[in-house]
Amino acid sequence: MTTVNRLGELERAIMDVLWDTDTSLTVREVSARLTERNLAHTTVMTVLDRLAKKGFARRERDGRAWRYCPAATRETYVTELMLTALAQTGDRTAALTRFAQSVSGVEAEVLRDALEVIEGSGEGDDGT
Amino acid sequence: MTGLDDAALLAVVAIASALGASALPRATWPRRSPAAAILLWQALGLASGLAAVGTLIGLALPASDGGLVRSVLHAGALLRDGNVFGVAAMFGFRGSGSASGNWPAMILAVRLTCLAAGLALLTLLCWVLLAALAAALQARRRQRELLTLLAHGDPKVPGALVVDHPSAAAYCLPGLRSRIVVSVGTLELLGRRELAAVLAHERAHLRERHDLVLLPFTALRRAFPRSATCTDAHRSVALLVEMLADDRALRGRPARELVSALVRFGTAGTCPAPAGALAAGEGEVAARVTRLLKPVRPLPAVAVLAICLSAALLVAAPVTLLLV
Repeated sequence: MTTVNRLGELERAIMDVLWDTDTSLTVREVSARLTERNLAHTTVMTVLDRLAKKGFARRERDGRAWRYCPAATRETYVTELMLTALAQTGDRTAALTRFAQSVSGVEAEVLRDALEVIEGSGEGDDGT
Repeated sequence: MTGLDDAALLAVVAIASALGASALPRATWPRRSPAAAILLWQALGLASGLAAVGTLIGLALPASDGGLVRSVLHAGALLRDGNVFGVAAMFGFRGSGSASGNWPAMILAVRLTCLAAGLALLTLLCWVLLAALAAALQARRRQRELLTLLAHGDPKVPGALVVDHPSAAAYCLPGLRSRIVVSVGTLELLGRRELAAVLAHERAHLRERHDLVLLPFTALRRAFPRSATCTDAHRSVALLVEMLADDRALRGRPARELVSALVRFGTAGTCPAPAGALAAGEGEVAARVTRLLKPVRPLPAVAVLAICLSAALLVAAPVTLLLV
């Protein structure tokens, strides 16, 4: 489990480097920009290779080295996550279970009334 | 019993299950004891599937003796040995003097069709279940990969992952490495105690593997999208699973926190869905809020016991007919 977490942390740190840079980077340049400096060159190369295989990073030949850049912006991936989570069709319910979905006009009115009643009767709420 | 007797009894079980499944969504007692209702739904689904397959196979092998499963295996073994007469006997042919000797070819064709239909239905049911499982696993793997790169922790929601997005979203990712995910929008929308209620609700989903409960019903709805019974069954079970998690989340906390979390969530209006899309969950949140605000008495223990017994009988009947 710890190796998985460690690998995840590295993937994330390296993607952060790629996202924060406008140009594509070589393995050496990525290593130099990582906060954790004492990583082996081959480790960074392996993780970049994994990211490329998963489709998160794109790579191109530059002479004898590979240059890496993100396949999409961070926002694109956040949107993908949220779209799956907020999908209203219910088709995803087998994959993940949402707390509640947003409701339509009349139902929303009814719910807001209900909330007013609760907040009117409730005392010493959590103060947020 | 002969295959024909089996077929008749299995047809009764199949029809009874189908009638039960079409009546259950309109019943009001399920919200009083969601767990018992979910058990009954599972029994109805399993029994109707097994009974429908068994009916078709029983019609195909009217003269077979013993369990239908054994008969099908026996027929397969006879075919492998090249014993065509043996197989013909199983299909109800006993030489020229048999009662079904008038239009043997046609009757044989009907029986072979029944056998093919039964086996095809069985294959279809297994296939859609596996396909739904594969789709769910794939979607979860993608979510996990994305969360590894994007999510972070937050002291407001211990143990959960937070995603930087203004929409209100809270969900759980079931599996061996399960995760609860909330958006920054949720953290801004809800207070500390409301968040705790949401986490307790999601933890109940994960702990009791509600995703596995829902999976077969999702598969059925995908396999028969035009069937009102399958759509209603899925919707009912999805709502019951939410109610069950609501009940678990209530343990040791006032209903008010969960209700206000639900209401804030429902009315956050994060993503205006296209018209018609909401139909899937129409009234779902309102039903949960109403149930929490005006608590219904759980069903008496006798009633729950009766429901569990009916569920057991419902499944035992087709299983016995198929095996014995």
